[in-house]
Amino acid sequence: MTKGRQAEKVEEWENAKVRIRVVPRYCKGCEICVKLCPVRALGMERFKSKVADIDKCILCMQCEMRCPDFAISVERKEEAP
Amino acid sequence: MAFDYGKYIRPGKLPHIWCPGCSYGIVFKSLLRAVDAQGLDPDDIALVSGIGCASRLPGYVDFNTLHTTHGRALAFATGLKMAKPDKHVLVVSGDGDATAIGGNHFIHACRRNIDITLLVFNNFIYGMTGGQYSPSTQPGRFASTMPYGNVDFAFDIPALATGAGATFVARGTAYHAAALDKLIVDAMRHRGFSVVDIVNACPTTYGRRNKFKSPTDMLLWMKDAFVPAAAYAKLSPDEAAGKFPMGVLHRVDGKPEFCEAYYGMVERLKS
Amino acid sequence: MTRVKLLQGNEACAEGALYAGCNFFAGYPITPSTEVAEHLARKLPRSGGVFLQMEDEIAAMAAVIGGSLAGCKALTATSGPGFSLKQENLGFAMLTEIPCVVVDVMRGGPSTGVPTGPGQSDIMQCRWGTHGDHPSICLTPAYVEEIFSETVRAFNLSEKYRTPVIVAFDEVVGHMRERIEIPEPGAIPLVGRPRPTCPPSEYLPYDDSRGDVPPMANFFEGYRYHVTGLNHGPDGFPVNASPRIHTDELRLLRKVEGNRGDIVRFAEHRLEDAEVAVFAYGICGRSAKTAVDQARSEGIRAGLFRPLTVWPFPEEQVAALSGRVRRIVVPELSLGQIVLEVDRCAKGRCAVEGIHRVDGDPITPAQILARIREAL
Repeated sequence: MTKGRQAEKVEEWENAKVRIRVVPRYCKGCEICVKLCPVRALGMERFKSKVADIDKCILCMQCEMRCPDFAISVERKEEAP
Repeated sequence: MAFDYGKYIRPGKLPHIWCPGCSYGIVFKSLLRAVDAQGLDPDDIALVSGIGCASRLPGYVDFNTLHTTHGRALAFATGLKMAKPDKHVLVVSGDGDATAIGGNHFIHACRRNIDITLLVFNNFIYGMTGGQYSPSTQPGRFASTMPYGNVDFAFDIPALATGAGATFVARGTAYHAAALDKLIVDAMRHRGFSVVDIVNACPTTYGRRNKFKSPTDMLLWMKDAFVPAAAYAKLSPDEAAGKFPMGVLHRVDGKPEFCEAYYGMVERLKS
Repeated sequence: MTRVKLLQGNEACAEGALYAGCNFFAGYPITPSTEVAEHLARKLPRSGGVFLQMEDEIAAMAAVIGGSLAGCKALTATSGPGFSLKQENLGFAMLTEIPCVVVDVMRGGPSTGVPTGPGQSDIMQCRWGTHGDHPSICLTPAYVEEIFSETVRAFNLSEKYRTPVIVAFDEVVGHMRERIEIPEPGAIPLVGRPRPTCPPSEYLPYDDSRGDVPPMANFFEGYRYHVTGLNHGPDGFPVNASPRIHTDELRLLRKVEGNRGDIVRFAEHRLEDAEVAVFAYGICGRSAKTAVDQARSEGIRAGLFRPLTVWPFPEEQVAALSGRVRRIVVPELSLGQIVLEVDRCAKGRCAVEGIHRVDGDPITPAQILARIREAL
């Protein structure tokens, strides 16, 4: 996502509809994304955000919108034809 | 596709300096989306700041960036803008930087109606120096220099800007981030001095002292306390208690812009 | 044909700035410097330049730095109280190495003092006014014609070394009118800031690998870079605790201290065989010249050393002078400031004595002559 000097370690979850990426080095564990996710799709693990259940995600983009640290991004995957 | 903030962020600068849960990163992203929405060329943008947490923002952005002295960002920006009136000059400044030490430059930039956009990162506290109260800290709130509750009074920043002559005045919040994109776009597109008072959350030095259990609680407070201006106007006094209007609060399109007035004079002198 | 004019000192300052290519002024009204602003308020709009009267001197100094960063040659003019207000941003311009010229038309006294009277008691402030270690260039003209030429020189030095330059002259010299020959355009060569030759992607705004004065790109020219008042590295980004800060501050100082030959200017009058020297600048330099001539007519071997550059202080020259004369008399419109520098450089090789006057009037030739006579 962000052009770092060396590529940032990124954790990724995806299903047919969506791909969610988290950059652990950017995440400061503020939990805003976890608490504001309307469907509880996210959770914390060792003070870092992670996707608890990708299939709950409704692509509302609240987590990406509210993350202060560029740590989480949500990508709608193109509908399979 | 997820928005590519990397297009505007200087490589290797993340993670940024702001504390866990500080809302500045949210507003920073809104600013980048707003610039992207206008399709502006980064070469044509100067981003100026003073001193404080918010004022570290320019360092992260691949524009012409200038991190100046405490309170003086608008005066530096005025010099940049007068020298290159066709360029975009944007100022980010905290509530203390903009309305305490920077207050004189704030009201004069408004009066002058120079085509600069000021984004006030208003988190009601001096965060960088550890949580002293500021001119926007509400009465009764706690800070390191008001340990028994603030007995001082607060500016209404939009009213101050309106009274001083700014011709585009708006208020947004870090919670209402999508709406903030549009406010910043409209402010930047406005020809004249534009101010956006952006309500922010400082969990580290303000939230903890004022019973906000988490950064998210501070964002949820914004969700409840800030009401679109039209709806706010319909609230009864007790309904309005503890609430504030947001959105475009004041707009004048007829007042001449300072650079246009100045360079208009220059043209007149040529003939 | 050079154009001969009768100009006020402050006007000559404004004309010198225009001659140097100044196309940006930001100021704030303050006696006794306001005529500089008023002259440029008439002239700059006519040439498409920027004239700004800001809300205070702090803002004026900030606007000047902004204007210079956008590629202008920028000037501000003030007097003591305003000069005090400008110090923080003056220091910012020094650390960020942004060229600009600051004129201090010195008036009497501390505080509000004697606004319409001359003074020289800002001179140490011209060196140490802003906090922290920093270089300082301060030029001290004494004649209207010199105000013109020293203002041009101030712009050239400021651009060449990427540092603010102060032009300090007292109220009397600033307000008097004298004959001045305005040189033809091009007669005095003008200097622009060193420009980058590398592409933007390789540009380091504070790269000192090829010399003490890094090339400077102007904002909005495609070299998007960062300027901050925090100590910073070659790329312009903040550097916290690091040896780099120490070496960088030494470089900033060396830009000036290492180029004294190019920066330090002075005038000598009848010093060749002098037994008693007078060290004086500004209006005191003029009274001293008369006093020296009168002393010579009485058979006293007196001479005058008049610095046009007070910072960096002409240490070498004063040290040499102190080895050739018995006494250096230092008339100053202060209670003794520059005399301390003279004494420091004399190192006891000769007597050093100040003449101090702070009642709002200049020191007279008679006062200086009396002290020269005592020196025998």
